Amino acid sequence: MGINPEGPPMGGAEAAQLDADELAETKGSRLDKLRGRWRALPRWQQWLVLSIVALVVFFLPVINPPIITTEPGTDFPLACFDMARFALVALGLNVVVGQAGLLDLGYIGFFAVGSYVAALWTSSDSTYVHIPFLWTLPLAMVVTVFFGVLLGIPTLRLRGDYLAIVTLGFGEIIRLLASIVPALRGNVGFQNVGAPPGTHDGKQIFDNSHGTPWYMMTVAIIIVVMLLLGNLERSRVGRAWVAIREDEDAAETMGVPTFKFKLWAFGTGAAIGGLSGAIFAGQVGFVNNQKFDVATSMLFLAAVVLGGSGNKFGAVIGGAIVSYIPNRFIEIANYKYLIFGVVLIVLMIFRPQGLLPARNHLLAAIGRIRQWTGTASGQPEAAAATDAGRITLRKEEDQ
Amino acid sequence: MRATKLIVIPAIAAVMTVAGCANSSSGGGGGSASGTGGSSGGSNGLKSLPEQTKIDVPADAVKPAGDGKAVCAPTTTLAYVGAETGANAQLGINIYNGVQLAIDEHNKANPKCQVQFKKFDTEGDPSKATGPVTQAVNDKTIVGVVGLPFSGESKSTGKIFQQAGLPHITPSATNPSLTQNGWTTFFRGLGNDNVQGPAAAKLATTMLGGKKVFVVQDDSDYGIGLAKTTQAALPKADLVGTDKVTTGQKDFSATVQKVMNSKADVVFYSGYYAEGAPFDQQLVQKGFKGDFIGPDGVKDPQFIKQAGDASKNAYFTCPCIPGDLIPSFADAYKKVSGGTAPGTYSVEGYDAATIMLTGIDKGKTTRSAMEQFIRTYDADGLSKKYKWTSTGELESLPVYAYKVSNGNIVSAGVIPSS
Amino acid sequence: MHGLVTSLATVDSSWIQFDWSNLFQNFWPATFDGMTFGAIYALVALGYTLVYGVLNLINFAHSEVFISGAYAVVFTLSALGFGPNPPHLSLIAIIGDLLLACIAAMIVSAIVALIVERVAYKPLRDRGAPRLAYLISAIGASFAIQYIFFNWRSSNAEPAVIMFNPKPIFDVFGTIIDSQQLTIVIAAIVMMVATDQFIRRTRLGRGIRAVAQDPDTATLMGVNKERIIMSTFVIGGILAGAGALFYVMKVPSGVIYNGGFILGIKAFTAAVLGGIGNIRGALLGGLLLGMIGNYGQYLLGDAQWTDVVSFIVLVLVLMVRPEGILGSNLAKVRA
Repeated sequence: MGINPEGPPMGGAEAAQLDADELAETKGSRLDKLRGRWRALPRWQQWLVLSIVALVVFFLPVINPPIITTEPGTDFPLACFDMARFALVALGLNVVVGQAGLLDLGYIGFFAVGSYVAALWTSSDSTYVHIPFLWTLPLAMVVTVFFGVLLGIPTLRLRGDYLAIVTLGFGEIIRLLASIVPALRGNVGFQNVGAPPGTHDGKQIFDNSHGTPWYMMTVAIIIVVMLLLGNLERSRVGRAWVAIREDEDAAETMGVPTFKFKLWAFGTGAAIGGLSGAIFAGQVGFVNNQKFDVATSMLFLAAVVLGGSGNKFGAVIGGAIVSYIPNRFIEIANYKYLIFGVVLIVLMIFRPQGLLPARNHLLAAIGRIRQWTGTASGQPEAAAATDAGRITLRKEEDQ
Repeated sequence: MRATKLIVIPAIAAVMTVAGCANSSSGGGGGSASGTGGSSGGSNGLKSLPEQTKIDVPADAVKPAGDGKAVCAPTTTLAYVGAETGANAQLGINIYNGVQLAIDEHNKANPKCQVQFKKFDTEGDPSKATGPVTQAVNDKTIVGVVGLPFSGESKSTGKIFQQAGLPHITPSATNPSLTQNGWTTFFRGLGNDNVQGPAAAKLATTMLGGKKVFVVQDDSDYGIGLAKTTQAALPKADLVGTDKVTTGQKDFSATVQKVMNSKADVVFYSGYYAEGAPFDQQLVQKGFKGDFIGPDGVKDPQFIKQAGDASKNAYFTCPCIPGDLIPSFADAYKKVSGGTAPGTYSVEGYDAATIMLTGIDKGKTTRSAMEQFIRTYDADGLSKKYKWTSTGELESLPVYAYKVSNGNIVSAGVIPSS
Repeated sequence: MHGLVTSLATVDSSWIQFDWSNLFQNFWPATFDGMTFGAIYALVALGYTLVYGVLNLINFAHSEVFISGAYAVVFTLSALGFGPNPPHLSLIAIIGDLLLACIAAMIVSAIVALIVERVAYKPLRDRGAPRLAYLISAIGASFAIQYIFFNWRSSNAEPAVIMFNPKPIFDVFGTIIDSQQLTIVIAAIVMMVATDQFIRRTRLGRGIRAVAQDPDTATLMGVNKERIIMSTFVIGGILAGAGALFYVMKVPSGVIYNGGFILGIKAFTAAVLGGIGNIRGALLGGLLLGMIGNYGQYLLGDAQWTDVVSFIVLVLVLMVRPEGILGSNLAKVRA
């Protein structure tokens, strides 16, 4: 029972699924039409549009558009930074959950490790050697990859939801160790975590009350990470991930070293998680054991799925939304999470594949051919393949 | 539905078991285990403290109403920055209701000076606090802030206040290191952990006569710091054990077991009432006969509400005059809070707001003037005398002992400092 | 860099200390208390397991189903005059009141479970949503329910409701087992056995197993799948309601808007430990998890270790048995 983000409709309702799919394929919602038109554009035009969008996004906190703004509840540039931080986290988690199909409920653990790396090596409360903040970013990535592999080696042989609970446990262990191990200072925490250098008019540019520079730095990092991930996706690694996601057994049979590539996914995801954790620590300037809990982990996951699991643009948008909603409604503090919960349900009902669903051209085409030829008894798209996987698994269980 | 029936039957079976067990308790009057009356003296060999009937509120306590002749710009604003939601929201709610009350009283008495009140939610979370604090700092109409309630978020935001020159009085953050950052805008409206710890040790040993003290701490900055100073002040021979619990924990059987094994006669719980109340209740339920001491974070009407009769063995330390026990304050507070009684730090919030309102009434409507005003302030509030040192700590703080009597928290006098 | 690593290693070795004598000294109290809590985990875990068996989905909103039941218990008992002090009532009256509270909790939990199913899952099923979507809408439902309670009941815990004073019943290895522990463990086991038998022997139970095994074939065979799914949620809710009663019995002031979440995680862990989708696994996993956590706490010194040890044991168990101790097979249960 590998976890299949694109997987079989739960508990049947195939007819409805078929309808919905036909709807999406033929008539299509406005968003899907837009996607179609987007695909039709030549590559250079796509790049042009993207750069304009990137520019607007880049200067979002400066523009501070009305209605969208989170003020007067909370500072908009800082809210923007929070969105960017969530987007980066979602980008990393998307590799694990969206690309490789490994359900990870303890992603916060990597984020926490990254934060603590930044704190331990830059905070004035730490007794360790101090290094410039920017050096902690690669260091945080290295350390979290180490943790990712450490967690991955024993656990990645587990399937589906068993992996989910183990990762959840890992996240909790990291959080609890942060309060148990004296060197990590528990709730007392680390003050004066470092920041990138630079002053303007005698004031520090990367100050924890100024969201804009932090935001721009994070957005720049997001763009770089997205480019790198895009390359990775199109490489052998990316193809292996999709194969594992769609059907782990089939992939294994076809000679994909699944364990190795799952470890790759874990490591890549961990590195990005650690990176965002370190940036976060720098911006807040204070790290303690709070907020590395399961609930935050769930929010990260929500960001990925909301945006469209397996689609990196989707993940970024999902991350931004998940961070944005509570901040937008911060003035009605008592209701912000109630609103948030309802929005999650509603979005899942109306966009169950996420805002920007991942579509695999090849698989989709196969699905359509099968529909036409009737070989898969009306099973749409990838569901056919994975359902077969499920049946074989069931048989194994029966033995 | 058949499903329901089939499962309700075992439920009945379950209750039958209760029956067998409850038998003994229902016969002999269930309340007997938790002792009689308000005093826990006698059977456990501990002394009991006399109840202080006269509440020594300073007669000349400054009230927010002032002289009623104040004039100020209608945009003059005070703000509360701190938790409104999140796991520790209740402390924040206690505080901002206190602030709200002070501002209401002030505005009612001073028609020409209507001070606005703004609230910013941090969820008590250091990482979320920077946004609301920056927002408050950027709002130029705000001349003073009550907050932030917790030490962690105060640490992550103190610098922002400092850069903007916006004075703020924390009504509840007790970490001693907060005043060692060189922040000139930071004022602490209560005693820090270094004040309360030795007093708690004193209460446990000298005043209550405890010979075996067990210290339990939670995982908060507050609980850890306080437990440390308390343990340091206890005579080595008197400390029989320590344990740690976590925030949000509800079942304390293992800790209770340790306390029982250690044969402790006094338990000091260093943390907040949310865990302190079920802990005390479970202690008593397991047959603990000694006394329970909590710091100001535990001294809350909710403690009694949640622990019930078990709370009869409870004492509290608090570096505060029992101002929140004044009926008139409690009544007025209830009108603001929608019926809830004042809780931990309500009166500190009220006092902090009162100080700033007095400043506004005296024409200190810029941030720097307000900061200067607070720095040189020297008067009594409802809960204590407010006069700050250069670092923003309060001078000379007597720590009071409190006890539970007839379901209320009553003062039991000052704990001698030497 | 080198100095740094050594300092990391040398500064603190005192934070982890194995205190075996402490564990052995407290072995039996730890066991009995762990079993009591484990029984509660087990009851809640059943809700996860049943839904997982039928729908292959982690019902993350189940913790809120549970806490709704706990609120129902507190409200019912408060209305009946129970409070922070042990009641002065006759035996029969206490039984009657507890029964009433139990039924109220079961009804409320079942209704909440049903609402969650209808609002957060059914529309997704109709649209053939991917599995992850269910997880997110469950998280959404969980947030929404928590904050409904937050706005309604404030962020304080409900006042304690003490049902009866635990009395020592018998003495095992020098450790007293009290009436409370005994009640909870026996009642929970009885309910689990009943549920097990229910799934094995009744028509509805057969339907549940059929849908768990193969929803499509079951539908073809005339099983009303929607009805089965709803029944599964209702049964999970009923059991969570019973769990809520015992939870309040054990932790009288533990009812708070976000109080279900942590317990839910533990219960889900218990379900996985025993083998998710497996009813007996839930019982075994619950009891084991309760005891292991307690042992860890005594062995390593304080409560913060409870969950660390629990999760480490979980990982170790899954290394050896990747599908939990008893394996996951709701479908394969034979009558």
